[in-house]
Amino acid sequence: MTIILLLVATLATIALWWLSHQRLMEKPWLETGPAEAFRGVTAGGMPAEKIALGVFLAVVSSLFALFASAYSMRMHMASDWRSLPLPWLLWPNTIVLFLSSLAMGWAQIAVRRGDAASLRKALLAGGASAFLFLVGQLMAWQQLAEGGFYLAANPANAFFYLLTALHGLHLLGGLVAWGRTIVRTGRSTAARWMTLSVDLCALYWHFMLLVWLAILALLLHG
Amino acid sequence: MGEATAKPLDGRGHAEVPEDDLYHATSWWTKYVFSQDAKVIALQYSATALAAGFVALVLSWLMRLQLGFPDSLSIIDQNQYYQVITMHGMIMVVYLLTALLLGGFGNYLIPLMVGARDMAFPYLNMLSYWTYLLAVLVLMSSFFVPGGPTGAGWTLYPPQAILSGTPGRDAGIVLMLVSLIIFIIGFTMGGLNYVVTVLQGRARGMTMMRLPLTVWGIFTASVMALLAFPALFVGAVMLLFDRLLGTSFFMPAIVEMGQPLGYSGGSPILFQHMFWFFGHPEVYIVALPAFGIVSDLISTHARRNIFGYRMMVWAIVIIGFLSFAVWAHHMYVSGMHPYFGFFFATTTLIIAVPTALKVYNWVLTLWRGDIHLTVPMLFALGFIVTFVNGGLTGLFLGNAVLDVPLSDTMFVVAHFHMVMGVAPILVIFGAIYHWYPKATGRMMHEAMGKFHFWVTFIGSYAIFFPLHYLGLMGVPRRYHAMGEMSDIPLSTGELNALVSVAAFIVGFAQLVFVFNLIWSLRHGAAAGGNPWRATTLEWQTPETPPGHGNWGRELPVVYRWAYDYSVPGAMQDFLPQNQPPSAQATRSAAP
Amino acid sequence: MNNDARWMTGIGVALFGLAALFIASRAADATFMWTGLACAFVSVATIFNLIRISFDEAEGKPPPWPGQAVPYALLAIAFCSVLFHVLSPWWWAPIASNWHYIDSAINLTFWITGIVFVAVMIFMAYCLFRFRHREGHRAEYEPESTRLELVLAVATSVGVATMLAPGLMVWNQFITSPSDTVEVEAVGQQWSWNFRLAGQDGRLGTTDIRAVQPVGNPLGISPADRHGQDDIVVEAEDLHLPVGKPVKLLLRSIDVLHSFYVPEFRTKMDLVPGMVTQFWFTPTRTGRFQILCAELCGVGHAIMRGWVVIDDEPAYQAWLGAQRTFASRGSPNIASSESVAAAGHGRTEKGPVHPAH
Ligand code: HEM
Ligand SMILES: [Cu+2]
Ligand SMILES: [Cu+2]
Repeated sequence: MTIILLLVATLATIALWWLSHQRLMEKPWLETGPAEAFRGVTAGGMPAEKIALGVFLAVVSSLFALFASAYSMRMHMASDWRSLPLPWLLWPNTIVLFLSSLAMGWAQIAVRRGDAASLRKALLAGGASAFLFLVGQLMAWQQLAEGGFYLAANPANAFFYLLTALHGLHLLGGLVAWGRTIVRTGRSTAARWMTLSVDLCALYWHFMLLVWLAILALLLHG
Repeated sequence: MGEATAKPLDGRGHAEVPEDDLYHATSWWTKYVFSQDAKVIALQYSATALAAGFVALVLSWLMRLQLGFPDSLSIIDQNQYYQVITMHGMIMVVYLLTALLLGGFGNYLIPLMVGARDMAFPYLNMLSYWTYLLAVLVLMSSFFVPGGPTGAGWTLYPPQAILSGTPGRDAGIVLMLVSLIIFIIGFTMGGLNYVVTVLQGRARGMTMMRLPLTVWGIFTASVMALLAFPALFVGAVMLLFDRLLGTSFFMPAIVEMGQPLGYSGGSPILFQHMFWFFGHPEVYIVALPAFGIVSDLISTHARRNIFGYRMMVWAIVIIGFLSFAVWAHHMYVSGMHPYFGFFFATTTLIIAVPTALKVYNWVLTLWRGDIHLTVPMLFALGFIVTFVNGGLTGLFLGNAVLDVPLSDTMFVVAHFHMVMGVAPILVIFGAIYHWYPKATGRMMHEAMGKFHFWVTFIGSYAIFFPLHYLGLMGVPRRYHAMGEMSDIPLSTGELNALVSVAAFIVGFAQLVFVFNLIWSLRHGAAAGGNPWRATTLEWQTPETPPGHGNWGRELPVVYRWAYDYSVPGAMQDFLPQNQPPSAQATRSAAP
Repeated sequence: MNNDARWMTGIGVALFGLAALFIASRAADATFMWTGLACAFVSVATIFNLIRISFDEAEGKPPPWPGQAVPYALLAIAFCSVLFHVLSPWWWAPIASNWHYIDSAINLTFWITGIVFVAVMIFMAYCLFRFRHREGHRAEYEPESTRLELVLAVATSVGVATMLAPGLMVWNQFITSPSDTVEVEAVGQQWSWNFRLAGQDGRLGTTDIRAVQPVGNPLGISPADRHGQDDIVVEAEDLHLPVGKPVKLLLRSIDVLHSFYVPEFRTKMDLVPGMVTQFWFTPTRTGRFQILCAELCGVGHAIMRGWVVIDDEPAYQAWLGAQRTFASRGSPNIASSESVAAAGHGRTEKGPVHPAH
């Protein structure tokens, strides 16, 4: 459970940092008066969607951290763990996902420049490469299954399938949001909205890349 | 989704939407069924949760019949007994308490109390409810599948949970796990809403330290739930894999009834860690909203500011953090490494300190108050009694070595029913009597309310207090019959019978409550906008019940904290949060 | 209280009284009968009182204590709880092991928590008497008192530490077994208990779950390990232990979680398939004590009982001599029930054979 506890500690630090800006030590009954006196502690200017995504990413981190905790505990608790040879496809897949994330970064730049054409291109590239990654993962599964590494044969295999599947599902969910963003580029959406949309997608993409790298590290470790 | 513009300049939240932009219900269906209005969703959540709770209550009667009159009146066999306790426990904890406190009260109160027009993401909010309903339906469907619901106990410990020695191992356990997974997905949608609305939707002037404690409690509980439920999700998914796909996450090599099974190497203790990493915070997920609500009930009906508001906020936050570091106090005798016992006993007893401070502050709020013994106040007082009682027995169970004889006995059953069964339920009742006038415009019938209170409070105490002593004598929990026990006097049979009688009386009193809910809808006295003369924003809405968008054209602006009761020099004994400081006010605005 | 409330309270109280009478009529012992009768009497008195109050009200007399029921109820709850604790016949069975420390720790905690509980109740009752709403009276405005809260926090911490410190000390004893313990194994399966004692070589042989045979080798003793051959296997019968000798109980399960719990020993530990758990204790008096399974293990959970018999030394030796070793239990194919007749001739390696009883 070390991994999840580390995560909780990190989140707690963030929470404490935020709380420390909320005048928690002040005596509110002495502070009667209009809000303007306490600028900075009323609800801030960050869009709700961004905060929501931030919180959601915390939830997803907790989910994966728990899986990672379970992984390491299961690995050390019994002697039947036999690491499986990682299919070579994972490496090209990683590169594809990295490119995907890069493309999303490019889209962020494009939307800020107001460059509609390259925004569309960048988004399409990002989405298509993410899709490619998913296909690649499926093929990696196939490789493993052909090699006889079935799900139930060993906990290492089971975790491999479980973690990759879960990561894939999250990415798939991201692709839904991506689809909505693409549709928006077709319509005339206010620039601020477009930026927000693209930013959220990009943030999610970078995060999914991070999660994938963490999973990869875990798989390499054992 | 709540698509709106950010208005950083006036510091107003993003979730505050100009009224014209608001989604407006156009037909009966979208107004009452597929509504995106947090208030309607709240009522849907509450109604569904109460219905589920009623099922669980009926199940508890079956158990009490069996336990109280094992030979004459028992109508269930041991298979059914296990199915019944499992469904009772899981429904009560997850589908009733969590859903009602967060989905019901959270949805109703957060937007109103922070001064927002609605939740930040109304569409997601609606999805959350329908997902929850689906989870409930999946769970209930397990009563009708061959083999019936699972009898694995609400803790669902493998290996037993998925082996054939346990009833409902074919379909029941699968439906249970699937239902939990759906519930967690639905809750995550709702929880994001609650958190973001508190962070972002607050009205002008509503600083965090001006929030009523109800919002603090629900907010902190939501954050905790968002982080803790994934643990149950992970456990459930992996257990489902073990059950359906033959993996060995939790399943060691086993010889079941003489037959070797195909599993090997898995660890049942791993599941316990996952379960309790969720399960312990879950206790506080239920408790913190109740803490918050009860603080507001006491303060309002004692006409006095909550004593030590800052301490109350800090305590909520500290309890929230600490409760992630105590989970293994459920596992002292599980076979985990014994050195963990030192750590978890210490953290567990440390958490008792902020909890005790909360209790002190509740009773100190009564001190020199102007106490109105209204029905909500009665329930709040009842809560203090049962919560203190259950909290104190927690000091036995948390203190590793004292838990050795007591764990998994009726002492535990008595403890958690007092502290997380009866106590939050009393708060829920009090809260319903308190906010019913806001939601419907009518008061609930007071005499019926008092009757409901006295029978429920005294009755529940009479049910659960004696059970501690069965536990001390060594009666294990989850026994459908004590059978012959060498060390136990025969008279315990009558003790059990008395407890069962009390349980029936309490159960039937709930019918009075349900009747009151329905009857008052039509015949209750008209309530007016602020019958309790309370300060918080939800009582200051232009309409009662609040209309769509809550506030009419003008959003409220907040000038003071939530507890300006009986302020010296003020005309009335309460100053609403949105009342500007007047000339006669002695205290001036801080720079 | 208005009339509606009185009616409903009356009906509730009447139901309660009837129930109490019902219980009293079925009571098997005197305490219970009297409790039931007392409850019935209280309910009759309450109903009578309600009626009287109605009449008083109709005649315009003021009620005796206007609305003071709540503080009295709180005091009554505190009082009855303490009374129940002190007077009820329901209390733990006399201890039969060295863990009286646990009993003392529980008693200490009862004292501290009991005092706190009663204090909180009295304080609340006092507030309700004293600060009940009166016309024209206002609550005091006092947001907080840092000093008071500090004092309370420190006092609570001291109280908590007073309970935690002895608790941790005893926990430390509980998890460190002395060096001179005898190892005995208890193995759970759905839904019965088997036991194993070391044979002449003084050590238990290794086990292997794949070696488990329901008939012949229910414990899964590795046939290849010679240390296992002389192990004494007690299948679905009472386990005997000598009084006064510390025992380390090694716990295994071949199927699901179980828990070894003997209320008189004040100890319990889960049996976890795939691993060995343990605890130690010293039996301090002879007698026959029931083992309860305390971890839900399927439908048979409540009937999964066994017995531990604590013998004095001669009786123990007699029992031991009558037990059979793993090797002498013969080939796994012979049903153990068929070989019951052979009991008493079993042990080959060790000394004279004591016939059972
Ligand atoms: C008057 C109301 C209630 C009665 C009479 C009642 C009765 C019972 C009984 C007899 C058991 C089984 C004990 C055993 O054999 O181990 C039980 C278990 C349980 N109850 Fe309740 N209960 C009530 C309300 C609640 C509430 C409000 C909650 C919410 C937290 C709750 C949560 C549980 C849980 C979690 C279990 C454990 C299930 C298990 O062992 O798997 N109960 N209850
Ligand atoms: Cu806990
Ligand atoms: Cu068992």
